[in-house]
Amino acid sequence: MSIKIAGVGKRFGDFIALEDIDLDIATGELTALLGPSGGGKSTLLRIIAGLEVADSGSVEIEGVDATGLPAQKRNVGFVFQHYAAFRHLTVAGNVGFGLKIRKRPRKEIAARVNELLELVHLSQFADRLPAQLSGGQRQRMALARALAIEPTVLLLDEPFGALDANVRKELRAWLRRLHDEVHVTTVFVTHDQEEALDVADRIVVINQGRIEQVGPPDELYDHPTSEFVMSFLGPVTTLDGNLVRPHDLVIETHPFGDAFPGRIERFNRVGFEVRLDVRLIQDDVAPPVLVTLTRADATAKALEIGLSVWIAPVAGASQVRITTPVAPTADDLDVSSPASVPEPTFT
Amino acid sequence: MWFSLLVLIPLTAVLVQASAGGWSAYWDALTSPQTLAALRLTVGQAVLVTAVNVIMGTAIAWVLVRDQFRGKQLLEVVIDIPFALPTIVAGLVLLSLYGPSSPLGVNWANTRVAVFLAFLFVTLPFIVRTVQPVLLELEHEVEEAAASLGANRLTTFRLVILPSLAPAITSGAALSFCRAISEYGSLVLLSGNLPYSTEVASVRIMSSIEGDKLTEAAAVASILLVVALIVIVVLDLISRRVARYA
Amino acid sequence: MHDTTAHRVTRWALRLIVIGYLLFLVIWPVALVAAKTFANGLAPVIDALRQPEVIFAFQLTLSAAFWAVVINTIFGVGISVLLVRYTFPGRRALNAMVDLPLSVSPVVVGLALVLVYNGRTGWLGQGLEQAGLQVIYAPPGIIMATAFVSLPLVIREVVPVLQEIGTEQEQAARSLGASGLQTFARITLPAIKWGLLYGVVLSLARSLGEFGAVKIVSGGVAMRTQTATLLVEERYQQFGIVNSITAYTAAFILALIAVVALIIITSLRPGRGTSE
Repeated sequence: MSIKIAGVGKRFGDFIALEDIDLDIATGELTALLGPSGGGKSTLLRIIAGLEVADSGSVEIEGVDATGLPAQKRNVGFVFQHYAAFRHLTVAGNVGFGLKIRKRPRKEIAARVNELLELVHLSQFADRLPAQLSGGQRQRMALARALAIEPTVLLLDEPFGALDANVRKELRAWLRRLHDEVHVTTVFVTHDQEEALDVADRIVVINQGRIEQVGPPDELYDHPTSEFVMSFLGPVTTLDGNLVRPHDLVIETHPFGDAFPGRIERFNRVGFEVRLDVRLIQDDVAPPVLVTLTRADATAKALEIGLSVWIAPVAGASQVRITTPVAPTADDLDVSSPASVPEPTFT
Repeated sequence: MWFSLLVLIPLTAVLVQASAGGWSAYWDALTSPQTLAALRLTVGQAVLVTAVNVIMGTAIAWVLVRDQFRGKQLLEVVIDIPFALPTIVAGLVLLSLYGPSSPLGVNWANTRVAVFLAFLFVTLPFIVRTVQPVLLELEHEVEEAAASLGANRLTTFRLVILPSLAPAITSGAALSFCRAISEYGSLVLLSGNLPYSTEVASVRIMSSIEGDKLTEAAAVASILLVVALIVIVVLDLISRRVARYA
Repeated sequence: MHDTTAHRVTRWALRLIVIGYLLFLVIWPVALVAAKTFANGLAPVIDALRQPEVIFAFQLTLSAAFWAVVINTIFGVGISVLLVRYTFPGRRALNAMVDLPLSVSPVVVGLALVLVYNGRTGWLGQGLEQAGLQVIYAPPGIIMATAFVSLPLVIREVVPVLQEIGTEQEQAARSLGASGLQTFARITLPAIKWGLLYGVVLSLARSLGEFGAVKIVSGGVAMRTQTATLLVEERYQQFGIVNSITAYTAAFILALIAVVALIIITSLRPGRGTSE
């Protein structure tokens, strides 16, 4: 096991940031800490790095008890959301910083810096100052800098949060490829579920200081163990007291099986999919059910506003029973107020 | 416009007056042994004081920004006192602790130490005030990055923080130096103005004026003006260079 | 961050060094002046303050400072606006020159003013004397010297504020039909008022305390052209308890005003504080 976290807790004054966290991360794995802002994931990352001290519990890195070690002794590479570039040093100076203070010979430093700059495609910027680079380039430099010291673990704190959407997607794919090449144990923090699903080997969902669920992306998406995980990882809608994915709903213009009757209240074409709000006959008060399907399907079934339809979950669709009074709908994927966060339940 | 009336004309007059007696008179005035002694004392002590200020000024700014304790706000006011206090009063103030009848039992009035102390007093705020805002603006994460890369506090300070502070320290040092060589009021009572031993350039100028030797006074004044101009130019260059990093 | 013993020791050491330094350089000496002023009780101090020369000196200082500050405010704001809102050849030079009075020795300032404005050989002084206006050895010279040394203080406080607030509000006012003057009075002035106030208080403190330049320019004749600072010098150098107390009293008053001004300024500026 590369990182072993046991019983870690941390509070800031009255605010409990982390409570009783147990987590094992395997060597060479690319793990995402996913969760809403303020949920504790950054705090956990910083505790692993040694930039924060846990109030209780222990952190073990590659078999060594690191709980009492300060950051500089842990040999972890850390990448910050806003790059934390050394402004007065060139790109090469930044990347070589860790090696320089370890007093490696100059030639060795130069060789390693070149190697890394090539890896991150920044060779031609070696003598530039960080201020002359774009955001994406600065982050690549930060990555090279962290990798230069051959860290046991690579930690990234919302590394793409400060970048444009396009650059984000690009760097995301790029991180995945980098990891495939370099194979260092990597943990990154994000609040973007798409990012986590796209890049990680395993996802740890953290909310309100607790771990909700851990597992590979598919498992979390298809077999969520709680309302929170289900609604955080993808779109959800409520049908018959259950959370279900809008694209897992079958919609027909004639009754079938146990399907629920309703009427199409809204018809929206967004890109390649069609989104329908279906008002159930039996329930005027609850919000309408969201159903998504491809354009082709929608055209084939000749769906339009006002039409009477019947909907039911497809066989084998993942569903989670709702136990809280206020059910999250497709509109509030991001859980903001504590009141609306459902308790974890199991179906 | 109006500004030039007030500033430029009188200052040019000094330069003109300095050259009134021709080049040889100018040179003579400058190289008279008494003047040379005064200039040497002034510049020497100013350099020393600036060096002390670089260290202490940075330390004070550090404590003000990074430390927390009761009464810290008071220190903010204390640091500006030398800036707001009339120079003659500053002389009196320093005399009470370091002159005759000092509770410390020392008497440094009429010695070089008095010149050093006076310079130190009036230049106190300069480096502190230029470094403080830069220190406030420093990204905390950059220091964390250095730590994660293996640097201890001292190394982080040396290789990461200090370089970021360097431009601010330099401009503060320039201001401090200029202020020191210009100082007059506090030395009148404190240093005794003994020629060749505790007489600084500004006192020399004053005695030349009182002796109605305006050309001589203007000659020495012109040196001080030139130095001030150089410092201002240097400051401008530094600020332009710093803009590159931002 | 791990708060190791080394960290804690360094922190305390720095704290002690800094406080000690300030104690011996500023706090104790200033406190001693206060002590010496009242060493013989309150009565001698009151007597000293009643002397006609002392009263005159303070009146002269206050009025000279007042006028100097008025001049500096008007010109200071004008120059600041000019520097920030307009571009013209020589703007860099003007910007650099604004700092000049602060870097120049007050003795040089006094010399410069005497050379230009004195009645006998001054470039402008001769003409002015004939017109009946005596500058050197008279209050106008004192006002000029004082204004000169404190002008940059207003400008250096107002310029950053002007730069920060940007021109958008002013442009908005113009687009709504306001004239240049109206825009200035209703939009610009209120926006810079704190920076301006700060600069004015600084300028006032500086003006009250000016010594070197004023000494040259005024001649220091008691009851005529002797300012408070000159009074302190004169009395200190004379013998006698009364003179000594007078010197300390005047110095104490001046120091008090300076400290009060500083306290006002510090409370006006909440921004200058700490991180962490």
